[in-house]
Amino acid sequence: MNAIKTTELTKFYGKARGINDVDLTVEKGDFFGFIGPNGAGKSTTIRILLGLIKANSGSAEIFGKNILTDKQQILSDIGYLPSESMFYNGMRVKDVIKFSADLRKKNCEDEAKKLCERLQLDVMKRVDELSLGNRKKVAIVCTMQHKPKLYIMDEPTSGLDPLMQREFFSLLEERNSEGATIFLSSHVLSEIQRYCNRAAIIREGRLIRSDTVVNLSKSYAKRVTLHGTDSFPEIEGMRDFQQLSESISFLYSGDIQLLMQELAKHKINDLTIAEPDLEEIFMHFYTEKGE
Amino acid sequence: MTILKHEIKQGKISLSIWTSAIAGLLACCVLIYPEMGNQMDEVTEMFSSMGSFTAAFGMDKLNMGELLGFYGMECGSIIGLGGALFAALIGISSLAKEQKEHTAEFLMSHPVSRVRVLTEKFCAVILQILIMNVMVLLISVLSIIIINESPEWKVLVLLHLAYTIMQIEIAAICFGISAFIRRGGIGAGLGLAAIMYFMNIIANLTDKAEFLKYITPFGYTEGADIITEKNLDTKMILFGTSYAVIAVVIGYVRYCRKDIS
Repeated sequence: MNAIKTTELTKFYGKARGINDVDLTVEKGDFFGFIGPNGAGKSTTIRILLGLIKANSGSAEIFGKNILTDKQQILSDIGYLPSESMFYNGMRVKDVIKFSADLRKKNCEDEAKKLCERLQLDVMKRVDELSLGNRKKVAIVCTMQHKPKLYIMDEPTSGLDPLMQREFFSLLEERNSEGATIFLSSHVLSEIQRYCNRAAIIREGRLIRSDTVVNLSKSYAKRVTLHGTDSFPEIEGMRDFQQLSESISFLYSGDIQLLMQELAKHKINDLTIAEPDLEEIFMHFYTEKGE
Repeated sequence: MTILKHEIKQGKISLSIWTSAIAGLLACCVLIYPEMGNQMDEVTEMFSSMGSFTAAFGMDKLNMGELLGFYGMECGSIIGLGGALFAALIGISSLAKEQKEHTAEFLMSHPVSRVRVLTEKFCAVILQILIMNVMVLLISVLSIIIINESPEWKVLVLLHLAYTIMQIEIAAICFGISAFIRRGGIGAGLGLAAIMYFMNIIANLTDKAEFLKYITPFGYTEGADIITEKNLDTKMILFGTSYAVIAVVIGYVRYCRKDIS
């Protein structure tokens, strides 16, 4: 069963592009990363899924239910973590957490207590006195205390220190292992590569690619690094050429036999051929697609 | 009820301040009445000979020598204008503050329909107005008892009922406007209340502008008319109620379709 499925989802803000014909599928149980630069359409897609904004055309379903007709039922199965967490001034942390649970008509006291302990959150503080990171923690508790089936998170780690980021992902992995689906947008490609099993790349409102993180890493160029050479191989399929102090490096997506033949013509002290990291793949889409 | 309770909690300080200010000023006015009572015949005579100004504030029909006449004039201005400003303030900020403070995203990402959000928020606005008016009426009655006066209580209650209906109308119109604006709009709300107030003064000045009384809710809160007629003008109230209902319905339609950003 699909946790999220969008079909030709399109949103324009007046004449400004939001997203265009986005076909996205997230399967139940996925730990899914949604990658794209600022203004690519990540938040627009998320806001449409939550019913905060309406698409101009196309459709979206969550657990097989239409986001327009079954919105409330869908929202009771979702925990949403916004990129910027804003709360009502003057309220204490415990009141915000309780207000969120009350809106869901659930008693989440025990789970909220556990989460606050793990995130080291002082529930007696007023939300307007909190730092960005602590506000994020309040939002995380509100997102997770009712144990939803689907977590939708927009730039979830912004503002969290590295230790808290680790605790946060540990919580997400636990929930994912219990069967929950995680859908998170991020700029931090290393965290997508580390935690997600699937990912999609969005650029200028269009979904460029959606696949497993393993396939995304494999299906494109290798990073070739040559040490101790002063001559440059010239072969079709080379790009992103980088000259460092004692080495040269490039991405290669052509025939590996041709590469070996070409390298054999040069004096080389050492050689590494590695899978590029997700960041390089991400950049690949920009160089290849005319950025 | 969760949102309603939350709104009441959020607005309790503002409600306490406005209620204390209006009730306090009103109590002061009533408590100084015995001191002024002896001079009131002269004051009435003076006020009644001020031409258009006399008519503008309905002083041509009020006897300032009687408590109700004094109350309709002095206390009416306090509750009328003060109450209208409070109603405009809470009405206009009810929805717009969520957008301004970016809390709408938090609220709307919970499993609550927009109709429920609007209904509970509107009920909270009405409830705050009712709480304020009940408190003000109680303080007023207490003040009158303290000075050993016994006015026609029915007329006094009618006066307060008119002010309450007027405040609900203004709050409803501002609530409707609130669905359209992204920023606070407090200036717009207070401005609207002030325009309505002055519209009634203009309507009192000349017969040609009397139609304005069917536009401004201050038309049916005219103390001079209520005290002399011992009744409320149901025709004007019906007009006012219609404006309120239309504004709220338009607000609902707009907000249910609005993109929350």
